[in-house]
This record gives sequence, structure tokens and C-alpha cells, in this order.
Amino acid sequence: MRAAIVVFPGINRERDMAIALTLATGHAPRMVWHKDTTLDGIDLVVLPGGFSHGDYLRCGAMAAQSPIMPAIRAHAARGGLVMGVCNGFQILTEAGMLPGALLRNSGLRFLSQDCHLRVENAATDFTRHYQKGQVIRAPMAHGDGNYFADDETLDRLEGEGLVAFRYATTSGEITQAANLNGSQRSIAGILSPNLRVLGLMPHPEDLVDTLMGGTDGLPLFQALAAA
Amino acid sequence: MKLVVTVMLKNGVLDPQGKAIGHALTGLGFEGVGEVRVGKRIELELNAADDATALAQGEEMARKLLANTVIESFKVELA
Repeated sequence: MRAAIVVFPGINRERDMAIALTLATGHAPRMVWHKDTTLDGIDLVVLPGGFSHGDYLRCGAMAAQSPIMPAIRAHAARGGLVMGVCNGFQILTEAGMLPGALLRNSGLRFLSQDCHLRVENAATDFTRHYQKGQVIRAPMAHGDGNYFADDETLDRLEGEGLVAFRYATTSGEITQAANLNGSQRSIAGILSPNLRVLGLMPHPEDLVDTLMGGTDGLPLFQALAAA
Repeated sequence: MKLVVTVMLKNGVLDPQGKAIGHALTGLGFEGVGEVRVGKRIELELNAADDATALAQGEEMARKLLANTVIESFKVELA
């Protein structure tokens, strides 16, 4: 598994992501600058979290126009793995690589806390080390994570098994209270139709070592390492 | 010439900022405040051959970057 992390100006989770990928794959990922234009020899492209271009205009809007984006699109079109976390998820929706958009959290507050996710699809290269219905803990840190798409898109995502994670209680119930940012249908992460592009708001990379307080995110990276 | 691009959330897309502002206005004692919607106004100077070209360019800019048409609608006008 040869992974690359795309570095956009203003992001801040690229080192956390590199630690998680290094831990799982045994070697350091390649850091790719947003002005680069090639991703040769790469199996997995990761768009990390942060505040690319200061979140100006809309979160991820400017990054989605970066010189590296055609190479990321081509990689995805070839069936390559792509994962966008937090700002990376926002960038993927702004680029039209995943449907919908991330709106301001319904409570208007920046949420920096743990949340719980129910694994909705465990038959993907990202999630196959989890069980369907399993609840995992993940830190979240975002102001704009309120997933929105029209009803037709939401029905399609659900019907085709493209919802990867939902916000849930610790026992796996989907409730309004557990849906901290007000996302439509409690959606925390979604997949492309070929299941090779994943976008999610919470940060599995920040829970991969007991020193971080837990390892709930580690199986995701181990699954990727084995993909 | 100068273009003004107005970007608003589409109807049906929840606007929590607008809601909060509405609540605050009511809290300040303003009566009769209904739905409040927040948008963006982008003013930009443009060197273009004529008004029609400028407007067409503005439309393309809005579609490509200034608005996210999944959640927002836009209007391009000459200032």
C-alpha cells in the first residue's frame, strides 16, 4: 500500500494522518503539495483535515480547484482509493467527487469532542476490519460538518449501501441527540458508487494508539494497509 | 466594469445562521420578524469587451467557484 497525503495550505492534520498510515503500513506516506500534478505509483490518496485556504468562501471550495485535483480525479476514475477526512471530505464534495455538501453545524458551534459512529457498510476496503453495526469512537473537530443532500440523493446513498458511517449513541442507536452537527439522516461518512472513495467528518487517524486514548480508528488504517 | 454576484442558500436548505439572527432580533424586541436568510454579496471588477460578455463570465465564475449549486443559488448583475 503506497499512500500519499495531499498537503493544501491551511490544513493541519496531515502529520496525524501520516502517523496513522505509517503505523498501519510500516512506511511513511508521500506528502504531495497541492500544486503538484502527478500521483504516479500511488494506491491511496488521502485528503487530510484542517482549514485549507482559511475556509474562505466555503470550506474546501478553493482547494477543490487545486492543480493536484485532476490527478486525484484520474486516480479515482482508475478505481484508486481516495479518503477525505474532515476538510478532506469537504474538498471531495466541493470537487463533485462525492455528492452533497457540508453545511454549518446546526447548533452553530464548532464541535471539538468525541463522537460515536455506527459502521453501516463493512464490506469496503476502508471498513472491512469492522463489523457492520459496530460502534466506534472517533474525535470530531469541525464547524461545518452538517451533511446535506437532497432526498433523492440520500435515498440513493442509502439504497446502494453508500453510507459508511452514521452518528450514533454508544449502543448504536441513531438518535437526534447523537447527531451532534445535525447531519441529514445522521450521515457521518459516505462512499462513491464503486466504494473506493470515502469521505467522513470525524478523525479516525486521531485514535490509533493507546497513547492517544484509544485505538478505535486503527482497524480502518489496517484495512487500507491490507487493501 | 463591476459585477455583483449574490449567493444565497437554496430554499429548503437549512440556514442556521439566519435562524440564530432571527432569534437574536426577536430577543432585542423587534416584533414580527419572520424567516431570516443569510447570503453573500461578492463584488468584482472585470475587464470585459461588453456587458453581455461580463455577465456570461460572471455566470461561469459563479458556477465554477463562487457558488456551490448543490446548496446555493446565485444572481449575477452589473453594478
